[in-house]
Amino acid sequence: MERVGIPLGVEPVTQRRVVRSEWTKLISLRSTRWALAATLVLAVGIGVLACIVFETRWAHLSVTDRTDFHPLSVSLAGINFAQLSIGVLGVLAITGEYSTGMIRSTFGAVPRRLPMLWAKVLVFGSTAFAISLPATFIVFFVGQAILSGEHINIGLGHSGVFRALIGVPLFLTAMGLFGLAVGAIVRSTAGGIAALAGIVFVLPPIVGLLPSSVADSVDPYLPSNSGGAIWTITPDPGTLAPWAGFAVFCAYVAVTLAIAAVLLVRRDA
Amino acid sequence: MIELRGVSKSYGRKTAVHDLSFTVRPGLVTGFLGPNGSGKSTTMRLILDLDAPDGGEVTVNGKRYRDHRAPLHQVGALLEASSIHTGRSAYDHLLAMAQTHGLGRERVEAMIDLVGLREVARKRAGTFSLGMRQRLGIASALLADPRVVMLDEPINGLDPEGILWVRNLLKGLAAEGKTVFVSSHLMSEMALTADHLIVIGKGELIADVGVREMIGRSSQSSVRVRSPDAARLAEVIAAPDVKVRNLGTDLIDVQGLDAEEIGLAAHVSGIVLYELSPRQASLEDAFMELTGEAIEYRAGEGSASTTALAKAA
Ligand SMILES: Nc1ncnc2c1ncn2[C@@H]1O[C@H](COP(=O)(O)OP(=O)(O)O)[C@@H](O)[C@H]1O
Ligand SMILES: [Mg+2]
Repeated sequence: MERVGIPLGVEPVTQRRVVRSEWTKLISLRSTRWALAATLVLAVGIGVLACIVFETRWAHLSVTDRTDFHPLSVSLAGINFAQLSIGVLGVLAITGEYSTGMIRSTFGAVPRRLPMLWAKVLVFGSTAFAISLPATFIVFFVGQAILSGEHINIGLGHSGVFRALIGVPLFLTAMGLFGLAVGAIVRSTAGGIAALAGIVFVLPPIVGLLPSSVADSVDPYLPSNSGGAIWTITPDPGTLAPWAGFAVFCAYVAVTLAIAAVLLVRRDA
Repeated sequence: MIELRGVSKSYGRKTAVHDLSFTVRPGLVTGFLGPNGSGKSTTMRLILDLDAPDGGEVTVNGKRYRDHRAPLHQVGALLEASSIHTGRSAYDHLLAMAQTHGLGRERVEAMIDLVGLREVARKRAGTFSLGMRQRLGIASALLADPRVVMLDEPINGLDPEGILWVRNLLKGLAAEGKTVFVSSHLMSEMALTADHLIVIGKGELIADVGVREMIGRSSQSSVRVRSPDAARLAEVIAAPDVKVRNLGTDLIDVQGLDAEEIGLAAHVSGIVLYELSPRQASLEDAFMELTGEAIEYRAGEGSASTTALAKAA
């Protein structure tokens, strides 16, 4: 029989090593690679499509359609979709470990557990940013090039545009981390996705049903609305200022992550 | 070395482990034996700090598992339930595990060869058979050259060749001076592999003995007697230290007398014997005797498996 007790270079577990391990985990799942690619394609594709529709139909549009039109928001039409798909990927990054039992291997290697959570935050966060940053700029430039056929495009130098284009990837990254934190708390894929979708998509219409005096003061502080402020080019009076709104959203993410961290250490695997 | 002192763990109202204390020593294969549901897997999760005990203390090589700087070098474990992401290849799984301890591709390759998964290493673990998953789990356990090897029911799903391989692997690891702790609900398997036994039932310690001692400690050998007049024979040989069990209409099992004494008694009373066979107590018997009272669902399980067998036949 082969000997297995060969001396070898075992090193202590460090945060850096756990990050490297989490990176291997993320890129080695075919489903994750596909989902990231699909997010990128759809975020760009939907925006481009929307620009084509406006450019070709422009001559026939009503006055209200024309006044409501904004070249930046049209080219970023796919971002609403991307926020859901990145959020769901964040959920899956951790619930996938629970549903398959992988979490026991992970905690066996990193029994202190928190380095695993921080590593996932770093690895998934940077991946989300690295994908959504180019996607945002690509769809902006391609979209504006299409709209320029009718001279209804907007330039990068226009006030607020650059901030919005940086804001989109920041927002998507934060949304991904929000999903990760929700997934770490809920621990089941179905539950995590339901909780995320509920907070992002179901909460706003529910608040909308409240008396308008209440709704108007609560609405800007909802997670999706506060986070969305950073890529809104024409802030209406009901929304928070771009960076203030984003700061509120980051606070939500931070608190959710903190809860996830406490539960992660306390609960049985 | 694994040490448990007064460890208890409940899930809701269900007590899985109660006041459990034992020590697992290096250089031996220690079998962890108990019927299904007796708390073996729970105990192993407590050792790995996956679950927190309600009371008591668990240490591995002198420290709590989570306090070790290179935990996989202290304990390499294969848990009962699958602990692998089904979407990841065997190679990538091992690589991710290895990287947490600064190990690289070379070590991963070596482990893949050791467990014989070379051909399927790049395939998703979800496509693996139970036996292949067990092998991957063993590769994962041995990755960081652990001082303690802890395997939960490792032969589940293995073919006879695989079982032999695991048996030899465990003995080899123990011979290298490692602590080897392996659970099973099959006494027969442990009889072939283990040097020492820790037996639990209903979450409590029943025995902590050497395998030889275990056989010795068990009830004496018995004699099986077949006779058309078995009932009368039972009356004839009745005595305070003689135990007679009815095994059928004409079959009894006698403890406390040897074959010659029974044969003679039958002759004197004119009873015809068809069979008179001395039986050596096996480790299996010893185990059944020890855990007999601790088995909770034996009747239910037995009947279920009988019907399953009947269906299969
Ligand atoms: N996570 C859990 N939640 C609830 N009950 C559990 C859990 N784990 C184990 N148990 C219960 O504890 C008892 C011991 O289970 P286990 O440790 O799996 O036994 P074994 O491995 O010896 O078959 C069983 O009755 C089981 O139902
Ligand atoms: Mg078990």
